[in-house]
Amino acid sequence: MSSGFRTKDGGGAVVEFEAAEVAILRSLVTQVLGLVEPGETSDDPLERALGIGASRVPSDPVLARLFPSAYEDAEDAAEFRRYTEATLREGKRADARTMLDTARPGRTELTAEQAQAWLRSLNDVRLALGTKLEVTEEIHEEIATMAEDDPRYPAYVTYDWLTYLQDTLVRALW
Amino acid sequence: MVDVGSTAPIAVERPSTDVRPDLPWVTIVWNDPVNLMSYVTYVFQTVFGYTREKAEKLMLDVHHKGKAVVSSGTREEMERDVQILHSYGLWATLQPDSVK
Repeated sequence: MSSGFRTKDGGGAVVEFEAAEVAILRSLVTQVLGLVEPGETSDDPLERALGIGASRVPSDPVLARLFPSAYEDAEDAAEFRRYTEATLREGKRADARTMLDTARPGRTELTAEQAQAWLRSLNDVRLALGTKLEVTEEIHEEIATMAEDDPRYPAYVTYDWLTYLQDTLVRALW
Repeated sequence: MVDVGSTAPIAVERPSTDVRPDLPWVTIVWNDPVNLMSYVTYVFQTVFGYTREKAEKLMLDVHHKGKAVVSSGTREEMERDVQILHSYGLWATLQPDSVK
């Protein structure tokens, strides 16, 4: 199994992945990319060009977590969302594509910029999976006591592995 | 937040930007069960240029108290901070400083 990310000389990070690990990562990132579609924009061509889009809170709980409301007040939140969500979506899609373009079996070297994209993208995948699994802060202890034939076990172990990867990447970049 | 508790990271000193308490809007980060303690600290350092010490204190406030004020300034500045924090997947909101 991958021992996680290490600091690269001159900035960025280095990691070695097995083919199966890359397949899991690619599959999960592709799912997030599928979920985070380009921002729904208005019919008005000028608004579209300016990236002005939808003002509703996404009904999907994963999307609602990836794009939280910025204000408690519903009207302020809708207005903020209208002007920012399309840009945020584009950013997350770009990060995901960077990860798909650079993830490969064997040694992978990431520039400082690519490493930042991986950091955010790994976090998006963890947020998506964590929301679906309804994880709590006691996730680590839960896995330790979970029976291996529990139907949730594989997903929890994958989540735990992503957590480990992300933590090693933070520490490689610190 | 969750703590992986692995190796001790190397401390990096970054220029400090003081939170300005006299300005009328604040950005708040809320606790959630997914974001890592290490990651949240790193994001505070990267986004705000806070020292490791200050970023860690804010992270622990979020973790233990459920939320923390992480920056303050004009409404426009706080909207920008919230948008950047959302790009990193943190759960952030803004509000007038008078609301507690």
